[in-house]
Amino acid sequence: MDLNLSESELEFQQSLRNWLSKNCPKPWAGKQRGPDHINYLRDWQRTLYDGGWAGIHWPKEYGGRGATPIEQAIFQEEMARANAPEQISVIGLMIVGPTIIAVGTEEQKKRYLEKILSCEEIWCQGFSEPNAGSDLASLSTRAVEDGDHFVVNGQKIWTSFAHIADWCLLLARTNPNVPKHKGLTALLVDMHSPGVEAKPLRQMSGEADFNEVFFTNARVPKANVFGQINDGWTSAVATLMNERANLGSGLYVLSKKFFEGLVERAKEHLSASQSVTKDPIARQRIAQAFVELEVYRLNTLRALSKLSKMGMPGPEGSILKLFWSEMNQRTNQIAMEILGLEGQLKSVDDGKWVFNYLRCRANTIEGGTSEIMKNIIAQRVLGMPKSY
Amino acid sequence: MDFDFSQEQRLLQETARSFFTQECSTKRVRELMATPTSSDDKLWSALTEQGWTGMTLSEEVGGLGFGLVDLCVVAEEMGRACLPGPFFSTYWAAALLENAGTPAQRKPLLEAIASGDKKSTVAWLEHGTDWKPESIAMTATTDGDNVLLTGRKVFVTDAASADVILVVVRQGKSWAVAPVPSNAKGLAIRDLVSMDETRKLSDVTLEEVTIKESQLLAVAKADDLQRANDIASVVLCAELVGVMQLLMEMSIEYAKSRQQFDKPIGSFQGVQHQCADMLLYTESSRSAAYYAAWALGTRDASASQAAAIAKAYCSEAGRLVGNHACQVHGGIGFTWEHDLHLYYKRTKLAEVLLGPPTFHRERIAAIILDT
Repeated sequence: MDLNLSESELEFQQSLRNWLSKNCPKPWAGKQRGPDHINYLRDWQRTLYDGGWAGIHWPKEYGGRGATPIEQAIFQEEMARANAPEQISVIGLMIVGPTIIAVGTEEQKKRYLEKILSCEEIWCQGFSEPNAGSDLASLSTRAVEDGDHFVVNGQKIWTSFAHIADWCLLLARTNPNVPKHKGLTALLVDMHSPGVEAKPLRQMSGEADFNEVFFTNARVPKANVFGQINDGWTSAVATLMNERANLGSGLYVLSKKFFEGLVERAKEHLSASQSVTKDPIARQRIAQAFVELEVYRLNTLRALSKLSKMGMPGPEGSILKLFWSEMNQRTNQIAMEILGLEGQLKSVDDGKWVFNYLRCRANTIEGGTSEIMKNIIAQRVLGMPKSY
Repeated sequence: MDFDFSQEQRLLQETARSFFTQECSTKRVRELMATPTSSDDKLWSALTEQGWTGMTLSEEVGGLGFGLVDLCVVAEEMGRACLPGPFFSTYWAAALLENAGTPAQRKPLLEAIASGDKKSTVAWLEHGTDWKPESIAMTATTDGDNVLLTGRKVFVTDAASADVILVVVRQGKSWAVAPVPSNAKGLAIRDLVSMDETRKLSDVTLEEVTIKESQLLAVAKADDLQRANDIASVVLCAELVGVMQLLMEMSIEYAKSRQQFDKPIGSFQGVQHQCADMLLYTESSRSAAYYAAWALGTRDASASQAAAIAKAYCSEAGRLVGNHACQVHGGIGFTWEHDLHLYYKRTKLAEVLLGPPTFHRERIAAIILDT
C-alpha cells in the first residue's frame, strides 16, 4: 500500500496542470443551458481534443491516452482544481465510446469514435421507457426488419442530452416471442433521421435535464446494428457497467465543489446574529458531510487501484453509486438545514441550493435505484439467493 | 499510487488469520473474558513470539520496524477474532512513548513492550473530562529527586493486566508521561464491570505515588499527545473493520441457511438490503481506516484529519453493522449462547473509546470552518 503518486503519475499531473494553465477558459457567466452555453461547452471539448486530453482512458489506438484509472482520477481532480467547465459529451466519452470499443465493429469504431472525442457528434442513451425502468429488459420499443433496415416505433424517457444529441444508442425489441432478455437489439440511431423527435421533460426543479424521445416509423440501416441481433442485453449490461464505473471520480469532483460552496456560504450565513458555523450542531452536520465526502474519495481510490491491478472492480466498486447518491442527498439536506429560508430562494447563488436539493432526489433512482443496487450487491457480490 | 495490500501484507494477513484461528477461538474468548484480566500468559506469549507488540517499533528497541498499515493488517485480524486482553492498550502506550521524553528514557520502556515483558496501558481521562490533551488537569509535584503523583484517572483500559501504567499529567503549558508500575505504593486499581468483557476498564487512584524525576517523560506539544491517540484510534478502527467483516459474514451465512416461508430468508430483499448496507459500511470503514494508517505512518500532512475522519466514520459504521447483524439473526442473535454479542459489544465500546464521533467531528469542524 503506497498512496503517494508514482513518478509517471506526477508527470501526468504536471503536464495536465501546465496545459490547463494555458488553455482552460473563463467560467461561463451567462445563462445556463441556453444555445450559447452549449456552444461554449462544445468549444471546450474541442480544445481538450486538440490538446490530446479528450477520452484519456480510451486506448491509444482509438485516440485516447490509455490513461490508468488513477490517472483518470487525477484528471478529474485537476479539472476541478482549475475550475474547468464540464464535458458535454460525457455520455459519448464515458459510456457509449467505451462500449463501442468493446462491442462495435471495425467500421463502427472508425465511423463514430473520433467524432465523440472531438465533440463533433454528441450522444445520448435510449434505454429507459415509461413502463421499463428498473425492469429494463421488459422494454417495448419495437424494431421490425424491413429489407436492409429496421423500422423503429416506441418511446424512450429520461434521455439526457437527447435534445442536442446527434446519435442515440438505442435498445429495442426485435423478437417479442422469446424470454424478455433474449429479444433485444442495440441500434445506433441518427437523431436527425425522420420519425425521431426529442421533447424536453420538465422535472420538479423546473429545469429540463432529460427528454422524452418518440420514434415513429424511424428507419435505421442494418449496418447500425450494435453487437448481434437479439443480443442487445449484452451491450446494455456492458453500457450500464461503464456508466456505474466511469462516473465515480467525476461525481467526487462535483460533490467536492458543492461542499466547498456550502462552507463558504455557511461562513457568511447568520443565525442568532452570528455565523452559523459557530453553532455546535451546524458544525457537527458540516463535519459529517466532509467525513462522508472524504470516505467516498477513498472508496473511489481503492476501487481504481483494484481496477488497475485486477482489470475489474472489487466489492468496494459496487458500493460507489449507492454511497454517492445517498451521500449527495444527505449533504443537500444539511445545506437546507443550514441555510434555512435563504435556501428556498432562487435568487440566492443563482438558485443553486433549490436546484441541487430537488435534483438530488433523482440520484437514488437514475442509473439503477438504490434498491436495485442493493439487490445487485446482495446477489452478485455477497452471493445471496435471487429474489426475482 | 496503490491503495491495496502488497504481497507481503497479504501474507501477513494470512499468517495472522491462521494464528488467531488456532490460538483464539470464541470458546477461548469466552473463557478469558470471564477472568478479571481477560488475558492469560499463554496467549500473551504466543502473541509476543510473533513480534507483534513491537511491530512498528524500531529494531534498536527490538521491534520489527514495520509500518502502521502492517500493524493494522494484524489488528483487523484481532478484531475478527475478538482478541481479548491488553494488546491494544499496550500499543497505545507504545504510540505515546514515541514522542515522549528522551531516547534514553524511552528505550527501556519500549524494549519491554517489544519483547512482551511488560503489558502496558495509558491513563488519560479524568473525572468529567473529554479526550483533548488540554483537558488533562492532574499534575506531578517535585519532591527532591522524585515526583509525587496524586489524583484519579478513569476508564483506564486493561489496567487490570498492565505491568506499567503511563499516567499522563499536566506540566504548566506542556505535559509529561509518568510510567508507574502497577504494583507501585499508593496506586489503587478498581476494576469496573462493563459491557464489553473482553476489554476491561478500571479506575486508577494515585495517592502520592513516587517515581524518580529522571523517569518522567516530557511531552512538549499537544499534537504529540494527540498523535498517540490518533494512532491508537486507527488501530481500534482496523479492529472494528475486522469485527464488521465478521459480523457481515456471519449474517450472510445465517441468512442463506435459515428457512422461513420455505425459503432461505436471504432471498428476501428486506434482509438482502441490510446485508448490502453492511458491505457498504464495512468497505467504507476499511478505506477510511487504512488511509489514516498510511497517513499517520508516513506523517502525511493530512494525518490528524484522516484519523479523526476514520474514528468518526468507523465508530458509526460499527454500530450500524452491529445493529443490522442483530436484526438479520433474529432471536438467536440475542442469546448469550450465540457469538454475535461478543462482537456487538466490541463495536459499542470502540464507538466511545478515544472519543465518540461527536468529538472527532468537532476536530474536523475546527479544521474546515475555523481556519
